[in-house]
Amino acid sequence: MNNIIEVKNLARQFNGLTAVDHISFEVKKGEIFGFLGPNGAGKSTTINMLSTLLIPTEGDAAINSFDVLTRRDDVRKSIGLVFQYPSLDDRLTAEENLRFHAKLYGVPKEEYKKRMEEVLRLVDLWDRKENIIKTFSGGMKRRLEIARGLIHYPQVLFLDEPTLGLDPQTRAHLWEYILRLKKERAMTIFMTTHYMNEAENCDRIAVIDHGKIVALDTPANLKKQVGGDIIKMTSGQHRKLKEELEKRYNKEVKEEDGKLRLEVADGEKFLPRLFNELDTKIDSIELHKPTLDDVFLHLTGRKIREEEASSKDRLREHSRRRGRR
Amino acid sequence: MQFIQTIYTIWQRELIRYWRDKTRIVSTLFMPLMFLVIFGAGLSKTLATGNFGVDFTQFMYPGIIAMSVMSVAFFSTISTVWDREFGFLKEILVAPVSRVAVAFGKTLGATTIASIQALILLILAPLIGVAIHVAVIPQLVIFMLLLAFAISGMGLLISSLMKTTESFGLVMQVLIFPMFFISGAFFPLTAVPSWMLALSYINPLTYGVDAMRQIILGNQVASNILNGLSLHAISVDALFLVVFSAVMVSAAVFAFNNRA
Repeated sequence: MNNIIEVKNLARQFNGLTAVDHISFEVKKGEIFGFLGPNGAGKSTTINMLSTLLIPTEGDAAINSFDVLTRRDDVRKSIGLVFQYPSLDDRLTAEENLRFHAKLYGVPKEEYKKRMEEVLRLVDLWDRKENIIKTFSGGMKRRLEIARGLIHYPQVLFLDEPTLGLDPQTRAHLWEYILRLKKERAMTIFMTTHYMNEAENCDRIAVIDHGKIVALDTPANLKKQVGGDIIKMTSGQHRKLKEELEKRYNKEVKEEDGKLRLEVADGEKFLPRLFNELDTKIDSIELHKPTLDDVFLHLTGRKIREEEASSKDRLREHSRRRGRR
Repeated sequence: MQFIQTIYTIWQRELIRYWRDKTRIVSTLFMPLMFLVIFGAGLSKTLATGNFGVDFTQFMYPGIIAMSVMSVAFFSTISTVWDREFGFLKEILVAPVSRVAVAFGKTLGATTIASIQALILLILAPLIGVAIHVAVIPQLVIFMLLLAFAISGMGLLISSLMKTTESFGLVMQVLIFPMFFISGAFFPLTAVPSWMLALSYINPLTYGVDAMRQIILGNQVASNILNGLSLHAISVDALFLVVFSAVMVSAAVFAFNNRA
């Protein structure tokens, strides 16, 4: 059996609204599989269904060949979960949080000591094991959650927006750990993200929008879909330029942030040609290689809006703090 | 085996949390003691001129224990809503363990904490001028445990039915004070309007206070005075608390199991 996760026609509705719309995919053993999409696309709903926290309206899903509906405890033992928002007990120490988890997952006592040290060293928190979680930074909490998710030796690690709300440096560090897990443990990792640069680290990506998978491939192949390099231009004679570009090169020209945008096969060679041939005056021009941002734009006609997500997170974080006293 | 281990693990976490939260220990001890000292000092002279027949501090003491048991047991179980809000409940719910075991662990944890709190008050009794005969302590402890178990079950049931954290404070205020005031902690329920008497009959605290008062005062005051202050026989109090606990804990386990 090569597929550790198998999903067929999975769907979930909330009061008539479709959050996940009949998706199907497989995840191979040992791969990092990314779910990429904006907030509200159905990423967390999918994770919740795969981790048995939510019952699907329709369809089948199996993890480690256990059905998520009929073999819930087997599925739960097969997975490690890192939720979108911290789920540690902040009055306990790091070690106590791990012990609590290990006991619930039936890790033998003799095994526990060894594994605890192993996972804490993996995320560089060994020297903080006696500290109360309250004193931990956001990045440390997330690392500890990853350690906790690993201590029962799961087959698959689910990471729901693992780097949300972390600063760029911590984010980079976290990725080091994730990639180390894959390399040293051959761990299968299923993750969701709305950060494009993070999705680049995945072996394969499913782009999800409005509850549907709109594309599923390796990052490299997805970028090829975009159709090559991207050229963006501004001009005082915006409309005229657009018409000329469309007529002369027979290419689709899109408008984005007040710039004209077109995709060409070979940007380096196309630019000189453009300068020689165009009649309309250009004010500025930029060339860039396709990123997953462009893939998403190409597939859905929209950009993933990161600002929107982060301001919502800040609000939530704020209300959490207030509630806690 | 895993069932017992789960109960133990959840129970242990409650105890660690209780132990770490020193302000909570102090504040939940301070409130009842304050009531006892202020009301005792304020009312004992006034009441001494009448024919009350009992020292008022002595009279109120069982109510103070009950109050402490109730507030601690409620706080520990209803705070499950915070676990939900702050994500830790998810960690528990996604674990391959029985929810019934989780609910039991939670209830037993709260019961233990509330009982410890009551024991502290019991130890402090001589210092605040309350006389308790050593021989009645075992009986007293049994009722503390019973009451703590009943209130913990009730608290877990409430938290399982509660949707938002906002309602937490409301529930605490709306339940704790009325339950306390009509429990017979401050005044005997033998001479109150019938509506209050009716309410006191469904209040588990009433039975705890009633039983503990009879146990403490049993060998201190004349039986005709004690009878004038008590509602039920001790055995009836015990029976009610046992039945009430069984109903509440089963309902709580059921509600918890069916949620999320």
